Amino acid sequence: MTKPNFDALNVGDAIPSFTTEPVSRLTLALYATGSGDHHPLHLDQDYVRSKGIPDVFAHGMLGMAYLGRLLTQWVPQAAIRSFGVRFTAITQVGERLVCTGKVVEKLEQAGEKCVRLELTCANEQGEAKHKADAVVALT
Amino acid sequence: MLIDKKHIGMKVPPHSVTPTAWQLKWFAKATGETNPIYFDEAAAAQAGLPGVLVPPTFFFCMDMDKDHPFDYLETMGCDLGKMLHGEQSFVYHQPVHSGEKLDFDGVITDIYDKKNGALQFVVKDVKVLRQGELVCDVHSVMVIRA
Repeated sequence: MTKPNFDALNVGDAIPSFTTEPVSRLTLALYATGSGDHHPLHLDQDYVRSKGIPDVFAHGMLGMAYLGRLLTQWVPQAAIRSFGVRFTAITQVGERLVCTGKVVEKLEQAGEKCVRLELTCANEQGEAKHKADAVVALT
Repeated sequence: MLIDKKHIGMKVPPHSVTPTAWQLKWFAKATGETNPIYFDEAAAAQAGLPGVLVPPTFFFCMDMDKDHPFDYLETMGCDLGKMLHGEQSFVYHQPVHSGEKLDFDGVITDIYDKKNGALQFVVKDVKVLRQGELVCDVHSVMVIRA
């Protein structure tokens, strides 16, 4: 994988985006196995109904993992210096997640040429589920 | 009831995890990952890696990989049924692969509240070490609703 050229990037440039398949109950079961998080809020409809919640919903970290994939499809993972997310809304079963990112700053950090990216994971109606940022080294 | 701020500085019981290619294969399948260095040991070896590559957010999963992942909140008397994940971030120092034993060494670095205690925030910072070498910092903010 070749890294994007630091000099050719400008603040405001978008990185390649993608939209996931609809998050299904199977997705949540697979994520439970992969992540080790088997909390019944994500898997057991009887449990969630007993708590007054209409349906199971996605693990927050599933959306962050999608944003991680957005980054690693753009640069080799070793270029990622930091990556953080704030969880702003719950993802419901059936929603597709639109993962986008753009350059918001060009900076030098610890002697490396880096870009700061703003990343968003939102549903198709534009409701942001996660707002994230990442610093990626491009030297 | 507000969480006692005396818990700031509390050490989280340490644990160790060795990520397996088996679990990472399921993580890749769940997250739609198609790059085989994240799930195929042969492809990872061909790419010159000592094991399948641990993806960026899997450090959180490993931090949670213990019998009582929120033991520190239980110690503080929090109701885990009222917990939400507020923020999560990572600082990366070295790539990590399946088969590499990692030590998780965490501490509670802040406790604060908003909206007159309706929302309380517990901040945990964990150093992930591989044979003593820092490979990742894991920063988590959990929210406890009143």
